[in-house]
Amino acid sequence: MKYQELILALQKFWTDKGCVLGEPYDIEKGAGTMNPLTFLKVLGPEPWNVVYIEPSRRPADGRYGDNPNRLYQHHQIQMIMKPSPDNIQELYLDSLAAIGIEKEKHDIRFVEDNWESPTLGAWGLGWEVWLDGMEITQFTYFQQVGSQDIKPTAVEITYGLERLAMYIQGVENVFDVEWAAGVTYGDVFHQNEFEQTSYAFDLSDEKLLFDLFEKYEAEAVRVIKLGYVHPAYDYVLKCSHTFNLLDARGAISVSERTAFIGRVRKLARMCAEEYLKQREKLGYPLLKKSAEVTA
Amino acid sequence: MTKNFLLEIGTEEIPAHVMPLILVQLKDLAEKYFKDARISAGEFQTLGTPRRISLLVKNVAESQADVEEEKRGPSVKIAVDAKGNYTKAAIGFARGQKISPEDLITRDGYIYAVVHESGKKTTEILQTLLPKMICDLTFPNNMHWGSLDFKFIRPIRWLVSLFGDEVIPFEVASVCSGRISRGHRVLSQGEFTVNSADSYVSDCEKNFVIVDQNQRRAMITAQIEAVAKERGGKAEISEELLEEVLYLVEYPTALSGDFEIKYLNLPPEAVITPMRDHQRYFPVKDLDGKLMPIFVTVRNGGRDYLDIVQHGNERVLKARLEDAQFFFNEDRKKNLDEHREKLKTVVFQEGLGSVYEKTQRLVKLSEKIADLLGEKVSADERKNAIRAAEISKADLVTGMVTEFTELQGVMGREYAKLDGENSEVAAAIDEHYMPRFAGDSQPKTTAGKILSFADKIDNIVATFSRGLVPTGSQDPFALRRQALGIVNLLTAANWSIHLSEIVCLAMDLLKVTDKVGREKIQNDFAEFMKLRVKNVLSPSTRYDVIDSVIDDVDDIFALTLKAHALEQFLATPDAVKNVQSFVRVGNLAKKAESDEIDEKLITLEAEQVLYKAFEAIEVVAGELIDKKDFIGALDALKKLSAPIDSFFDSVMVMDENLEIRKNRLALLKSVDNLFKKIADFGKLVVI
Repeated sequence: MKYQELILALQKFWTDKGCVLGEPYDIEKGAGTMNPLTFLKVLGPEPWNVVYIEPSRRPADGRYGDNPNRLYQHHQIQMIMKPSPDNIQELYLDSLAAIGIEKEKHDIRFVEDNWESPTLGAWGLGWEVWLDGMEITQFTYFQQVGSQDIKPTAVEITYGLERLAMYIQGVENVFDVEWAAGVTYGDVFHQNEFEQTSYAFDLSDEKLLFDLFEKYEAEAVRVIKLGYVHPAYDYVLKCSHTFNLLDARGAISVSERTAFIGRVRKLARMCAEEYLKQREKLGYPLLKKSAEVTA
Repeated sequence: MTKNFLLEIGTEEIPAHVMPLILVQLKDLAEKYFKDARISAGEFQTLGTPRRISLLVKNVAESQADVEEEKRGPSVKIAVDAKGNYTKAAIGFARGQKISPEDLITRDGYIYAVVHESGKKTTEILQTLLPKMICDLTFPNNMHWGSLDFKFIRPIRWLVSLFGDEVIPFEVASVCSGRISRGHRVLSQGEFTVNSADSYVSDCEKNFVIVDQNQRRAMITAQIEAVAKERGGKAEISEELLEEVLYLVEYPTALSGDFEIKYLNLPPEAVITPMRDHQRYFPVKDLDGKLMPIFVTVRNGGRDYLDIVQHGNERVLKARLEDAQFFFNEDRKKNLDEHREKLKTVVFQEGLGSVYEKTQRLVKLSEKIADLLGEKVSADERKNAIRAAEISKADLVTGMVTEFTELQGVMGREYAKLDGENSEVAAAIDEHYMPRFAGDSQPKTTAGKILSFADKIDNIVATFSRGLVPTGSQDPFALRRQALGIVNLLTAANWSIHLSEIVCLAMDLLKVTDKVGREKIQNDFAEFMKLRVKNVLSPSTRYDVIDSVIDDVDDIFALTLKAHALEQFLATPDAVKNVQSFVRVGNLAKKAESDEIDEKLITLEAEQVLYKAFEAIEVVAGELIDKKDFIGALDALKKLSAPIDSFFDSVMVMDENLEIRKNRLALLKSVDNLFKKIADFGKLVVI
């Protein structure tokens, strides 16, 4: 199974189960959870089911394209269902079968892993899913996002695409993964890995980044106070990525780190609060629709 | 007639480390609930796998126990008329209690009805009891799921509740109880019917779930041992890992896998840690105790496609070991002194400078400790402690420790050896973190002991200087464990050392200059240590003995010797009398203004005798105390007992002459001062 077939198969599987096929969001981010299709849409009482692919940038994990397993940017298939269905684990195992991983032939385990994102003010309980000893999925019941309780509960399933592809194709180096006929993962991303890692570790301008962080933060606050959640949230994402770049550069000391994370978390909370107000004012349109469908 | 009872709470995978606690808790709760409901029952047993929490109760009565209760009615005056017949009031009372008037009894001037209440059916009681019991379970972490308000450790997906073969219906978290359970995710057909509580364990087994954890544990252990033996080695089965694996599988099958022999050039811990802590594999050693390039893992499933599972696990381990090798190679490009430079950029604790500065403090503290210990520490040991202090934290910035934090100290030891440091320096780097957990061993080398002591003092004083004294469950830097480490270290090493001197230096080095602040730290520190000393001594020492010596916590080794000496002393025939005499001295000594004795004012004979005895014994006992021979010292003090008693028999302490009175009190004060060098005898409980 080629890399792109893997993506298509998972998207097909979950859209068949009623998920909206979403798109990656066009601002740098460290995890699929930060896409507004998750971060904002899991808030409040409205039902929501979505699946999308998301590039995740983790500057500190960059290895100049030299390491067979570690990447500056990796890709996730992110799936959200709210409220979480009762048979979600079975659905998940079926999704593995859809990409050729039959549970009969492997050792699949749900090993406790309680997920937390201090920058997003988010946490949940769940597992990392092990396939023959390898972590392939993060499976989380969100309890809080943007420092808000999540009710009804949303379940998030995040597949690490590169790992899955390496396993399915039996290759030892991520850059050897076959993306499409005659095109490898390396062909698509190796140069990007090298340049982005170089930038994050060696080339970035700390002063500029600190300056940008302040400006993004101020703009997020200004816009959120006007009641515009989405543009404000864009700046929160920019803050988060700028912080990650500074962190990779070693420009932030341990004690400053906590303070920076706290600043981003505060912005995320403001957006979440404002979004909840907005949906309430709009009368929770998705709740009405689902009531109509049920009726 | 009795029947067996079964409750199975079917869930999504429960965190392995919580399961043992849940099973204990459920058993206790069930026993209490059954008892309170007057349902007699035999043995209670809880069983568990990752996906189910089960309760089996043997020989449960089919109904609650009946109760008999006496209910008081009207007084005889009202209840019985002149002819001795029951009045209307009495008959009415009997009717109200649903008994006939003939069954009324009379006692103490009142009539009573003995009411017999038959117990309700067990099924009826359990129907309301079971949901409550499930809700009563508590967990370290709770979660919501779906649209429910209910919280549990993981979502509940099914419930089985059988009394014999009869379903006890109830509902929890929108799940109705029944007789349908679920088998192993892969090996079974899915749902299955539990016929009765009696057949539960075997019904589970038919569906590839070994529900009894003890049976499962035995299977796992036997399988691991067999697999390792087949490969010519012996698996290292740690209780902790076994307990975790136990609750990760419903149907275990052990298998082995290989890794390339080249990774065995890494320090063994660097291979074992990713295997054991990250992958939950059991390491295998050969008959000489050397690590083999083999691991054993336990699959949650059967024997089909074992080769695929093995291959997958080998791939993961290879990637992990490759990472370890990479970090190791990178780390070795610098020696520990060079790594140490990077500590300048690592914050120790907020506002307390870098870890580099911490290592500088450790050097000074180690020097001081070695000096205070004098001849107990050789020149080489002193040098080694100082050298180890310099590079003690250098491994914190190596790739290996960044990746596998649990290897701090261990990698330092290995890198030190490779740098050509001597074996004591290398060992001290590892040992200074000991004890790493409750029950861990103590440092063995002298340099390791010194450095461990220095590091713990610095950690405690540094944290206290920020005003962060551990309270309740708040102890983020594990200071209690470290303080306990100090107590055990000093007593095991027979090190007599004044803690306040070291704390004083630690504060100087941390630049705590404010006088009030310094006093507070010394006091907090002493109080903190007192509690740890009590913890260590209390299992084997009388509490009043501990109380009598605890105030002088500055020299912990001496304190423990005093406690032991006192216990011996208290076992001697005259101990009670002696202590009473000593305490009498102490009580009056409290009234003394000074301990300066004017010999000329000593007039009475008994007074003279006590004074002379005291003068002689003060010298003897003083020397013994200096030598920490408290048994000998107590023996000497005993000799004061008789002169004290005759003193009190014939001397009036509170003499009218104020000068004489003052002098007599001063004498008692002096004697008491001598006693207090060993203990506050007033705190001993003697009868």
